[in-house]
Amino acid sequence: MAETTILEEESSAFIRPFVFLGDQFLYIVTDLGRMGIFLFSSLVGIFRHPFRFRELIKQLNFIGAGSLTVIFFTALSSGMVLGLQGYYSLHKFGAEGMLGSAVSLTLIMELGPILTALMVTGRAGSAMCAEIGIMRISEQIDALECMAIDPFRYLISPKFLAVLISVPLLTAVFDVVGIFGGYLAGVGLMGVNSGSFLSGMQQSVTNHDIRLGVIKSFAFALLLVWICSGRGYFVQQIRGAGFGAESVSKVTTQAVVLSSISVLIFDYLLTAVLL
Amino acid sequence: MPDSIVQNAPEIAIEFDQVSKSFGQRTRKHLVLNEISFTIPRGLTTVIAGGSGQGKSVTLKLILGLLYPDSGRILVDGINVPSLNKRELLKLRTRFGVLFQGSALFDSLTVFENIALPLRERTGMSEDEIRARVLATLDQLDLTGHEEKFPAQLSGGMKKRVGLARALQLEPEIVLFDEPTTGLDPVMTREIYQLFDHMQKQLGYTAVIVSHDIPGVFDIADQIILLNKGEVDVFGDVNEIVHSEKPYIREFAEMTMGDLFARPEEEKCH
Repeated sequence: MAETTILEEESSAFIRPFVFLGDQFLYIVTDLGRMGIFLFSSLVGIFRHPFRFRELIKQLNFIGAGSLTVIFFTALSSGMVLGLQGYYSLHKFGAEGMLGSAVSLTLIMELGPILTALMVTGRAGSAMCAEIGIMRISEQIDALECMAIDPFRYLISPKFLAVLISVPLLTAVFDVVGIFGGYLAGVGLMGVNSGSFLSGMQQSVTNHDIRLGVIKSFAFALLLVWICSGRGYFVQQIRGAGFGAESVSKVTTQAVVLSSISVLIFDYLLTAVLL
Repeated sequence: MPDSIVQNAPEIAIEFDQVSKSFGQRTRKHLVLNEISFTIPRGLTTVIAGGSGQGKSVTLKLILGLLYPDSGRILVDGINVPSLNKRELLKLRTRFGVLFQGSALFDSLTVFENIALPLRERTGMSEDEIRARVLATLDQLDLTGHEEKFPAQLSGGMKKRVGLARALQLEPEIVLFDEPTTGLDPVMTREIYQLFDHMQKQLGYTAVIVSHDIPGVFDIADQIILLNKGEVDVFGDVNEIVHSEKPYIREFAEMTMGDLFARPEEEKCH
């Protein structure tokens, strides 16, 4: 077994930083390349025959229905906080009548898509990453390939489709519950007029605002399922992740952090482009 | 396996031609296989043996196209595996059955569902036909009554048998075994080898067993391939290893087959 260590044996102290930088650059390009191919294969797998309808239902139940409770409480508390904070700020200008407009626009365009994506990432994205990672290290994905079963069609694509369906629907639930929370806090607790809250909301929310929220929720859904399942799929190729159970735990943490940050960055970019 | 395939097929099932494989980044390369060449005959059992990290499992993954060589050709029935595209590779893999080191059973599926999976995904068989076929295989491998259990509820030996049952469902021409007795006690190991030998003789597939269980695994070998420090040596049986003049083979034999090596000359021949 011959072992060559070019870095230690051949590189001078001057060249070593460049070798390191080049090595890191190549790693990043390779990683982006395989993640790009992964995304393409996963999306194509959705349209491959035979479609796994039962698996889709199972994933919809886990990702969608299973996330309803956490979405409900997050939305209710966020909406109520928005109602209270909004009232406090608007009251200074005597503009309490704008509370309905402020709460609904904030939820529909920003908080709804973002918080739903972050909640689904934390709850289902981490589970997805760990499940696929464990299947990878225990050779279950290799076994699928050896049985000539496309792992994308069989394993990954149903998760993609389930997230792409669930997250926009959960976002809609978040928006409704959040607005209800804002109504409870503003109208029920702080005494804002119910009619002005509802009419302010009706007058200020346009189709464009709703479309922006829907586009964001689809984009965030794609980001989170891509990063979480992709990191799990390539668990053995990620530098510094270690081996075995440790690698799965590290990569799962990394996937949640990376997808959360990506959601926040993309939120700014989408808002800047679409607003 | 259909008779026509056996009659028309060449005697060599798999051929490695000057294959090299290394791992690691450019700055830290680790050469595992160094221009190795060997052939695996059809319809017989070939054992690939060697110490840890000598490239035994890598050899299997190269055959399956799960890894690509740095150089050289890997021919399965004359088809160069590394040159195949994804679709051709999937088609080629339908001719293989694989029993993985940890059995690689799907945790969330029952024993029945695990064995039925390749039939459901790869054939147009009806559920009744699949059920009949799977139950017959379970009976053949002494697993009747365990079909509703999950892999976590099975012993190591039972997992291996379920793995073998799954690997044999599509009637493969070549079955690859990756460290099939790891984690099993000596009695179970012997039983598993007897089962492998029995199934191979009954179904006539080409068996390739990667193992470090030496000399136990040699009992069922028709050909032995030894991997050592990137090099390869091929032997007909265990006696050829014992009588080899190469220093590293003698060292390997003394270390791994101490008892066998110490026996009087006449006993070795039996």
